[in-house]
Order: sequence, then C-alpha cells, then structure tokens
Amino acid sequence: MKQFETVIGLEVHVELATKTKIFCSCSTEFGGAPNSHTCPVCTGMPGSLPVLNKQVVEYAIAVGLATNCSITQNCKFDRKNYFYPDNPQNYQISQLYLPICRDGKIEIETEEGVKAVGIHEIHMEEDAGKLVHDEWGENSLVDFNRSGVPLIEIVSEPDMRSADEVIAYLEKLRLIIQYLGASDCKLQEGSMRADVNLSVREAGSSEFGTRTEMKNLNSFKAIRRAIEGERERQIDLIEAGKPVIQETRRWDDAKEYSYAMRSKEDAQDYRYFPEPDLVPVQISDEWLEQIRKRQPELRTEKLERYKKEFNIPEYDAGIITSNKKLADFFETTTAICSNPKKVSNWLMVETMRLLKEHDLDLEQIPFSPENLAKLIQLTDDGAINSTVAKEVFEKVFESDIDPEQYVEEHGLKTVSDDGALREVIEKVIAQNPQSVADYKSGKKKAIGFLVGQTMKAMQGKADPGSVNKILTELLQ
Amino acid sequence: MSLMNFTAVELGKKIKAKEITAVEAANAALDAIRMREQQVHSFVTVDEKKALDRAEQVQKGIEDGTYTGPLAGVPVAIKDNMCTKGMLTTCSSKILGNFVPEYTAEAVLNLERAGAVILGKTNMDEFAMGSTTETSAYGVTKNPWNTEHVPGGSSGGSCAAVAAEECFYALGSDTGGSIRQPSSFCGVTGIKPTYGTVSRYGLIAYGSSLDQIGPIAKDVTDCAAVLEAIASYDSKDSTSVKRDAYDFTAALVDDVKGMKIGIPRDYFGEGLDSEVKEAVLSAAKELENKGAIVEEFDLSLVEYAIPAYYVIACAEASSNLARFDGVKYGYRTQDYQGLHNMYKKTRSEGFGAEVKRRIMLGSFVLSSGYYDAYYLKALRTKALIKQAFDKAFEKYDLILGPAAPTSAPRIGESLSDPIKMYLGDIYTISVNLAGLPGISVPCGTDSNGLPIGMQLIGDCFEEKKLIRAAYAYEQTRGYRHCPIAEWR
Repeated sequence: MKQFETVIGLEVHVELATKTKIFCSCSTEFGGAPNSHTCPVCTGMPGSLPVLNKQVVEYAIAVGLATNCSITQNCKFDRKNYFYPDNPQNYQISQLYLPICRDGKIEIETEEGVKAVGIHEIHMEEDAGKLVHDEWGENSLVDFNRSGVPLIEIVSEPDMRSADEVIAYLEKLRLIIQYLGASDCKLQEGSMRADVNLSVREAGSSEFGTRTEMKNLNSFKAIRRAIEGERERQIDLIEAGKPVIQETRRWDDAKEYSYAMRSKEDAQDYRYFPEPDLVPVQISDEWLEQIRKRQPELRTEKLERYKKEFNIPEYDAGIITSNKKLADFFETTTAICSNPKKVSNWLMVETMRLLKEHDLDLEQIPFSPENLAKLIQLTDDGAINSTVAKEVFEKVFESDIDPEQYVEEHGLKTVSDDGALREVIEKVIAQNPQSVADYKSGKKKAIGFLVGQTMKAMQGKADPGSVNKILTELLQ
Repeated sequence: MSLMNFTAVELGKKIKAKEITAVEAANAALDAIRMREQQVHSFVTVDEKKALDRAEQVQKGIEDGTYTGPLAGVPVAIKDNMCTKGMLTTCSSKILGNFVPEYTAEAVLNLERAGAVILGKTNMDEFAMGSTTETSAYGVTKNPWNTEHVPGGSSGGSCAAVAAEECFYALGSDTGGSIRQPSSFCGVTGIKPTYGTVSRYGLIAYGSSLDQIGPIAKDVTDCAAVLEAIASYDSKDSTSVKRDAYDFTAALVDDVKGMKIGIPRDYFGEGLDSEVKEAVLSAAKELENKGAIVEEFDLSLVEYAIPAYYVIACAEASSNLARFDGVKYGYRTQDYQGLHNMYKKTRSEGFGAEVKRRIMLGSFVLSSGYYDAYYLKALRTKALIKQAFDKAFEKYDLILGPAAPTSAPRIGESLSDPIKMYLGDIYTISVNLAGLPGISVPCGTDSNGLPIGMQLIGDCFEEKKLIRAAYAYEQTRGYRHCPIAEWR
C-alpha cells in the first residue's frame, strides 16, 4: 500500500473594511437596494476613471507587515481582461507584475507542532458585481453594489500538508487581519474566501503532482471536507492509473462532491498589462514607517502580555485573545473592576454558555463591559452571593440591565446584618435537632443541610461563607 | 463680413461690450450650421433648443456678473467622444448610437464654467481611430476647402466646423495627431497639450496613456484662451498634473528673438510632399527673420514611432473598448442565443472595420507569448523616443516640422490602404509617445488650394513657448478664411 502526501496552497480573498470603494467614493456598505451604491466609475461608464483609495494601500501594507512580507515600495496596478456581465469594464483592476507585498510567512500550530507557511504575495484588486437571476423570466440582472469593493488576495506557498494545517493557517490569518481591523473575515458572508490548490504525491517524492483548484468553500467545515474529498479523489485516480487533470473544480458542500468547472486547456488568456489610468503607487519610507508604528498589538504579543500583566492562565488567555472583540471586551471590563481572573471566568463560562444558547457568536456579546464590571464588583463586595450573581447575569445578558439597580430593586442584597442572620440560624438549629445531633456525633456533612435550610429561610440573600461560619460557631 | 467671421476672443469682447448678445451669436452659428451641414457634415448631433436656452442663460449670467471670462457666450462644438450630460455621445460609432451620458466631461465642465454655449457634437473617426473622419458610422465629414477631400482625423468634425465657421472654436482630442493633423488639413490652429494638462475624466478613452484633449480655433489667441479655460488639475483623473501656472494667454507676445528652434532632418526626408516641405521651411524662415535661431539637427528613432504607437494605442484600446458589450448601455444585437452569442453579435455589428482591426491588433500584442515581443518592446521604444526628445530640448526651445506629410487626401483614397494612412501620422505620433505639447498652425496652401500646417513641438509643460512662437509667426500671415465661409 503506497503512502501519499497532500500538498496544499491557498489563495485567500479578503474584503477590506474601508468605508468607500477602491477606485471611487461609493459606500461599501452591505445590503443596500440593488445599484444604490454606484457611480460612473464602478459601473464602467464610458470616460470614467479610477482613483486609488489610500486606505486600501494602508490596509494591504498592514497585513503585509503582520505576515512578515517585504513591501514593494513602487507597486503598480494591472488590468486583467475577461468578459463577464458582473465585471462592468470587462477588465478587473488587479496586480500581477508588481504586487504590493511579497515573500512573507506566518507560523501555525497544530497537533504536529509549530511550522511556518510561506506567503508568496499579497495583491490589491477590485471585487465584481453580483448577477441576480430572474426566477420567473429569462433575464439575469446585475447589481453593481459590490463592484469596486476592495479586496486583497493572499497567495500562500504550497507549504501545507493537511486539512488541520489549512484550518490553522486560515485561523491565524483571520486573527491577524481582524486584529489589524483590516476586515471582519467572515467566511459565511464572503468577506473571506479561500480557494484550495491541492495535489498529492507519493510520500518521499520531491516533485509536485498535478494540482486542482477548488472553489466555493464557505466554511471551515466545507474546507476540511473538500480537502479530504479531493485528496481521496486524486489518490483513487493515481491508483487506477488515470491522470489527474489540472482544472478548477467547484465544491458542492451539500452533496460533498466537487465537479470540474474548467480545465487548463480552456483557461483564459487574461492579457494582463499595466493599468494606464493609474500612476504607480509610491510608498515612501516615511509612509511605511507611519504604518509600522500604527500596527496594533497582535494576538501572540497580546497573549503573552495577558499572562504577565493579568496573571491569568495560558488557557484562559488563549481563549480570550482568540477574538479581537472578546479581548477588547476583557480589557475594558478589567480596567473598570480590576479583577481580571473573574472577568475571564465570566466571559469564558457564563458568557460562552449563553452565547451558545442564544445562537450568537463572539462578535455579538449583547451587554456592556460596564455592567459586567458592576456585577463583579457586587460579588467582590459580598453584596450578592454567586447564585444570585448568576441570576442577575442572565438579566444582564438578556437586556444589559444595571446590576446595582436590579439587585436593589429586587431586594437581592445579601443580609450582612450579623445579628439578623444569627437569629435565623438559631431558629434553624432549634428546628432541626436531628441534624444538630448528627453533626455533633461527627457527621460533619450534616452542616450542609443546616446551611441549606438557613439559605432557604433567608430567601437566598445570605452569604454562604458567613452562614457556615456562624453555624460552626453556634454548634461548638 | 458675417458675425461668424470673428474669432472666439473677438466675439467674446463684442458680447462683453453688449454689441452682440450670446443669443444672437448662437443663432448665427445655428444658421451657419443649417446652411453648411449639407456640404460639410461636421456634426453628429446639433441641439438647437439646448443651445438657445443655454445662450439665454449665459447672457443673463454675463449681465449679472456670473460669467466674466473671454469666452462667455461664445458658441462651441465638442468632439463626440467627450461625455455631455443629457446629450447624445456616440464616438461616431453604432455601438454608442443611443448613448446619453449621466455626466459631463471635466474639460467640458470647465468650458461651461467659463460661459460656453454648446452647439452640438462633432463627427470623428469611430472611437478616434483613423486619420480622415471616414471611419465614422455617421457619414464622412468633408474638407470645407474642397469637399472632395477629407478633413483629416480623427477630430475632423471639430476642425471642419471651425474652418467652415459653423462655430467659433471646438474641442478635439489627440492620441497620435488627431488635433494637429486635421487642423493642418483644414487651415485652422490646434494644440495638443502636455499629457496630464487637461483632465481626461469623461473623455471616452482610446489610448489612455496618449489621449489628451485640446483646443481647435481660428488662431493662436483663441487656442491660448481656450486652453486656459479647459486646463486644470482634476483629482478624478489620476494622470492629471498640478501645474504651476495656467496663464497661457500671457505668452501671446510677438517676440521670438533668441529663441532656439531645431528642425529635425528626419522630418524632411522621403515621403514628404515637396509643396508641404517648401511651405514649412519658408515659415521657419519667417521665424528666423524675426530673430529666432533656426538650425537643423538629427532627432533619430523617428521610424520606430509608428510601430510603437500602434502597439501601445491598440493594446490599450482593446481593453478600453471591452466595456461596449451590449449589457449596460449602447447597442445590443436583435437576436441572440445566450450571453456569448450576444457579446459576439453585438460587437460584430456595433463596431466598424477599423475599430475591429485595432481591437484585434491590441488583443494580439497582449496575448501570452507575444506580450514581451510586442508590448514590452513598444514600451521600451517609447522610453527611447522620450530620451531622444529630452536630448533635443537640452539644445532647443522648440522643434519645428510639418504636421503631416501631405495636404488632405481625396475621400476614399486612404481607406483602401491602412498602412499608408498610418504612415501619415509620422510627424505627430512621437509627440504623444513622449507626452509633449504640440501645435499646428496654418502656413500656406498647396497648388490645389488645400491648407498646409506647420507643427511646433515643445518640451513638457512648455506650451507658452509654443504659443509665443506660433503667435509671432501668425502675425506675418494672418488668418485666411476658408472660401466656403466667405461665400455669404
């Protein structure tokens, strides 16, 4: 039985988070009425000309710096010529000859350990419009709202060997870009799209096999299934003595099967040439330095800092920094209540649980850091016990209420009046002679029942620690 | 003497002095158009109502002080490759036969800000591809000096309209000589400015890296005034240049003493008509008599300009014209099956032969396997040509030569031999490749009574030197009205 190795390289398109399009001042906002975010430039009207959005260059450089690329300080745009109705000029302004970033790498971690994945290049380009097929008639319509939305394409080296590595690479890339604020990188919504180039070869071989390119992968799960499916398909072909054909394939995740879109033979000649309507982009040392200085703390650095500065375990720090919004939330809350461990616990346990229950993701935490901080403050002060706290937290989660006010209004404050508590405990002792006797005869567990009875009598508004202390004292 | 015999600046003065109103001027131009279009056919579109409404509005603007410039109220014709909001803009092509732009080209907006009254859109070679205005889908424009001859091209409609005095001035565009060559054929003056001086926003592109809008008028004074109005830095055009000064009319001075003018021997060799040669050289003599230092020199590389130009311009055109596909605007074929068939039939029916030839040529030179051999080599040639000019301008203020090797050919003569037509651009093309300014000024007529033009070429941003020398020369000769315009 032969052993095969999978060789994978990725082409990742990321939609940049600029407010306006790459070559005009139309809004990039998602979901407007068809063709409401358009102008002569992004609809390819005769005589219109593109003007480069500087923010696009800055985001591309930021991503390049964060992925250890060298920046092409004199870069150019090129035209990629092809006819399709979603492409109003019938050419896409992209970069071929002098892409803005080259020769980078990022480190990924899988169960196999840490390894570097090379980045061949990153280039800037414009997105196309969207075709809408009229289900009732014979017509197709075009919506140019997406036309001219800025993209970067990140092309990796063929350095990955498994679906695990691919997922690790994509997650790392996503975190870097999210941390930079350059994109929200949502696969499902298409703001991050990955095409998988895959070939297989016999283990130990130094030559690459024939590769295919897989498109239409909308989730990490789909990517994993597509990689596994394509690996098997190619191995089956090789073992049956049939050739693997260099082609582009479309993954159908529902059917868990891919089918050929076009082969290399009918690949188009894009007739690339330098875009004459744009001047070369000159990136001065000063500009580059400004962007370098503005680079935010990235995940790896943040994780280390959390461990040191907040003294929280690596595991916690790992989860909290796995999402920029979550990390920001953590830091804001901690700044108010100065209890990082508790903040991290609330986020990791109760918040995660309720997010899952409500089918929300980490980007959608529905309450404010201020109210979580107040809740933690209340528990720290002993004003409420943990059971009450959980109850109040559900309210905070549901409608972002002010916990102080809520506790006040609902009379949930722990009774801290020792005299009143002592009176209740004395009553409980008097009413439960059996348990008292058990306790005194050495069955120390019996105290639990007495604590429970006390809490019940106090309607939950007592601090279990204090109850325990007074009980032990009175039972001496 | 008709009102139409005035130059643009003369008319502007009379309007300012309340001797003539903008409405009278517009009516006079519309009358002239009605009278001469049968013979000349300079226009694709004339919008009388719009012109008269606008003239009325401008007249009010002049009276209330909104418009104070030298061109306020003066009627103008615009080449049909510049977008005019609400007015048909066809590029003289069937494929844009129904195209009404949503916006106005920046250069035209600049004219409107100066109080211009637009009469209509002038005929041209389809998409500016041609040197005779015969490739128009809307009929041939005739040379007003002799209607059996072409007016030149591609801005043939604009030049013929000025010569026939159907308007006071016009805008043209110049990618390889398309302002200077027809100006020379029609006995009018035209300037191709330094690349980046006039915004290309709204100019329907032919060869983006070479296209430039410029003025066409009866004399140098008008051209300088129009250039002053249309030139501007435009943030909508990335290739637009912010210039130090735009006061081109300040160079209208009759003084060329000490100016160094070089005559390239390469421009006076084989292929140049002897009558043209004689007229241009005697114009050079006039400048020498006025104190300019005129000498011959070798420019070199002249023979490489035409192939380099046709590779670069066609490559860009093949991509620029891809958007005309029947999907969004313009012509769409009647019957088709599916998308690709629609593209194919629309473009086959919508474009004329010369446009198709250049799209195919351009697509070929950009194809994988040919890109280096043709397109990159052409770009290198372009750089070398620029260097040759740089060297010449170390020594000379201006370069003087003919605008075209001959006077206007007969209608029908050029289309049968495209290579011969391409060779007619030999003296103008390298100016576009190097991004330089050039002017064509009438300097005589041949034995058939057809005009001959002299071309002056300047270094980048040296339009003022061109204007000064051309103005000084013009003083020795004056403007010769085309006979057609003197009949009335």
